[in-house]
This record gives sequence, structure tokens and C-alpha cells, in this order.
Amino acid sequence: MKNNTKKTCSPDGKNWAYSQIVKEHFFYPRNILFDETGYEADGVGMVGSPECGDVMHVWIKIDKKTNRIKECKWRTFGCASAIASVSMMSVMATENGGMDLKTAQTLKPQQIVERLGGLPERKFHCSVLGHEALRDAVIDYLKHANK
Amino acid sequence: MNNKYIFLDNASTTPIDQKVLNAMMPYLKDKYGNPSSLHRLGRINKSSIEKSRQEIAQYIGSETQEIFFTSGGTESDNLAIFGIARANKHKGKHIIVSCIEHKAILDSSKKLENEGFEVTYLDVDKNGIISLDQFRSSLRKDTILVSIMYANNEIGTIQPIKKISEILRENRDANPIFHCDACQATGVLPIKVKELGVDALTVSASKIYGPKGIGFLYINKKYSFEPIIYGGGQERSLRSGTENVAGIIGFAKAIQISEQKRISENVRLTKLRDYFILQIKKNIKDVVINGSLKNRLPNNLNVSIRGVEGESLVLLLDEKGVFCSTGSACSSIDLNPSHVLVKIGLPLELAHCSVRFTLGRHTRKSDIDHSVKLLVECVDKIRSITTIK
Repeated sequence: MKNNTKKTCSPDGKNWAYSQIVKEHFFYPRNILFDETGYEADGVGMVGSPECGDVMHVWIKIDKKTNRIKECKWRTFGCASAIASVSMMSVMATENGGMDLKTAQTLKPQQIVERLGGLPERKFHCSVLGHEALRDAVIDYLKHANK
Repeated sequence: MNNKYIFLDNASTTPIDQKVLNAMMPYLKDKYGNPSSLHRLGRINKSSIEKSRQEIAQYIGSETQEIFFTSGGTESDNLAIFGIARANKHKGKHIIVSCIEHKAILDSSKKLENEGFEVTYLDVDKNGIISLDQFRSSLRKDTILVSIMYANNEIGTIQPIKKISEILRENRDANPIFHCDACQATGVLPIKVKELGVDALTVSASKIYGPKGIGFLYINKKYSFEPIIYGGGQERSLRSGTENVAGIIGFAKAIQISEQKRISENVRLTKLRDYFILQIKKNIKDVVINGSLKNRLPNNLNVSIRGVEGESLVLLLDEKGVFCSTGSACSSIDLNPSHVLVKIGLPLELAHCSVRFTLGRHTRKSDIDHSVKLLVECVDKIRSITTIK
């Protein structure tokens, strides 16, 4: 994976280790589920561990007619790139009428990173977990739906 | 960056004192001579750096020729570890360091293991202090070097340096050279080498409101060490390279000012730090203080805030103009959480949630009040989206 984060040498301290898109999603994360009480999710996914510094929960709702993701909500314990990457994942899962379940199960971390405008290389493997949580949530939904 | 910011990262470095800068300015401009030159421009600078060396020697109670200027704390530590070990390997190949030393010591020691040296890494207790019993029992006939830091850079805990040197004096079998990294302790604790009983000492200017890029290694003249940098034979052939003249002048000035302010600043900063702790505990729940508060630098506060990952918190605070640091894995180059926090037994989950605030000469009570307010906002924000409640 090439480090495609654009680093500038601006003297005003605006040269972040992260891209502008990562920054936006970190400061203004999308689709957070502040409280899951009463939230009727069709599928739930959980990845990571507190010891590793990243724990991600994802809740999805499925449009039963189209079999596409209608809502994708999350909460995360993690660093800036973990937060930004799950936020971006939730946008990708729900944009353009929602992701179909097959695409959701095969979403690649590279796709999330590309949409984020890149991540520092060392951050790539540890913090991009959104695709795994999404896959787990879809599997969880299918398990219940097929009963 | 706007001008309204609060710098609570004084253990990483300190802003340069205006008087230090003033003292340095002539040497950055008109007095540019190379101290090794025969002509007047060089000779003037040679006597200036020797005067500074004298002042610094006086400050630590050593002889002038026992001070070797380097590029900073890391180089001084490297010089102490490699220089002493390699020059004394005919006497033995065993080295003792604590497990919470700065990486400049730890990584140098690891490198020496490849050269056939054997290194004992002393444990620390939950307060971040080594055990004197373990130290005593680790000493061997072939122990040639002991390196223990005076105060830790992450949790500010202070090691019993005098007691360590007493143990070394009492021990008849081993006669190692005792090096102490005093980068964090300088300007806060007394560093008279004879009183401490250390044979070698690392000090850096950038932590005491001096310039970056200058440090020194004190080493007792009865011991020999090998250089790690070769060249023009400066610093009595033990550290070659054209002297950082302005840096040396600034260093001496910074030490002088720090010593003048030392006692009163310690009293002020202890009060301010304890007030900071009180305010944090009052306003934020589930906060753990990392390391002993008893044997600790007055300006250091290291806390873990449950469920609040450190890198996220540092970046949110940065956006609001409060600058601090974290021991979280996500902020480190090797993606491991702080070795210091791990060694004091902090669960990994909490090590990821650590944040270090280090106060300084310019920190006022209003800064603390404002920082607490912003800290509460940032913690609330992160806790609202975290999975760990």
C-alpha cells in the first residue's frame, strides 16, 4: 500500500498526518448511534478489542424490498483514523440508495482508505476495521433472516 | 495557528527564554567564528564556550574538563552507553538499566546486546520506581555500567539515585560506572554530581527553556570512554564536530535562569498541578492517575480517561488550542502503547487512553481552568461515540 497521504510543509501547523477528508470525518463523524436503546437493528457487527485500542460496533437496517442497506450506524473506541474510517464506511454503505448485501460483504479496506484520500501506511492495518464490522453485521442479518 | 493556545507539553520541550535568546543572538550573527580557528574570531568564541563550560561545571559541581557538549539528550545517552561500555569491555560485559528508561538508553542497550554485552532491565513497581533489592541482586562482578534515569519523561517519577549510588559504593565485588539521564530532572531537582554520587550525567538544554540541539554529558575524569563521532578532535577528541557555539552560550544561560527559579517554580507548579488533578477528578469520571504522585516531578500529570482513546483526545484538544501528548499506541511510530505505562502494570486498554499534561514556567491558573473546560468538552464528545462505557 502506497502512502498517498498528501503531506505539505505548511508552516502554520495545518500539515496533518491525515488527509483533509480524514480530518472532516474525525471532527464531524457521520451516522453515529449515540444510544442503541430502542434502536431496532436488523444486523449487528462488532470487531476489535480494548487491548488493541480499537473497538467498533456497527448497527444496520435493511430495506427488505430492495435488499439494500438503509441505515448504517456505529460507535467506536479508537484513534482518529479508526473513527474517520468507520464514519466513511457508514457513508459508503448508505449512499446512492444503499449498498447491496453482496457488495457490503466484500467491501475492501482499500476502498475505504481511497475514499478517505489515503492514510499513513502504519495506520492502515490497525485502524481500518469498518469493512469487517459491516460484514459481520450483514452476516448477522442474513443469519436471522434465513431462520 | 492562532495565538491563543495553551502549551501543556513542557516535558517534550520548552519555549526558549528571551534572556537565553538574547545571550545567543551575537553568536548567531556577528560572532560566527569557528572556535578551532587560530584567528581572533575563532579565539573569542573558544573562550566564550569555555566560560560557559565552566559555569555549567560549577552548576553540577564537576570539573570543567568533565563536561562534553553534544547535540542533545539522545546523543549524550548514546555516548554514555556505547562510549562507556565499549571502552570498558575488557573489565566485563554486563550492563544494568531500568525498563522505563528513555528509548535513547533502551535502544542503545539493545544494540549493545548484539555486540555481546548482556543487559539486565530492572522492573518498576506500579508507582514507576525501581526496586533497590532487585538492583542489589542484579549487580555482578562483571557489571561495568549502570544507567538509571533521574526522573521519567512520561510519568515524572523520580528514582532513588542517591540510594543507588550508596549501594554501588558499599558493593565490593562490582565497580560499575553509574550514568544518570537527568534530562527531565534538570531545573527541577538538584543535580550536583558528587551529592548524587553519579559518575556520568546527561542533560539537555531544550527542556530547560534553552535552545534545541545542545546537550552535555558529564563524565568523571577517572573513567575513560570511546567517542561515537570522529573527526576534527573537538571536545578533547571525544566528540568531534564544530561546536554549537550559540547553543552552548544559551545552554549556560538557561541553566543559570533555571537554577534561580527552581525552588519557587517547584512550589508553584506542585500547587498548580494538584489543582489541575482536583479539577479533572471533579469534572470527569473514571480517571486514573498513572504513576506515583509522591515521588514525581511537580509539573507532570499523566492520566488515563476510560473509553477515551489518547490520540483522538490529543487531536481534539489540539484543534481547541491545548497541546499535550499521549502514550497511546496510535500515536507512536511502532504502534505499541507506551513502554513506561505497560511496565507500571497499566492495562493496555488504559494505556491507550493515557494523556500527559506537563506544566511549565508560563502555565497560569487561568490556563488550567480553561484547559479543564475544553478537556471536559473533548472527553464528552469522544465518550458519546465510544464503545467502552
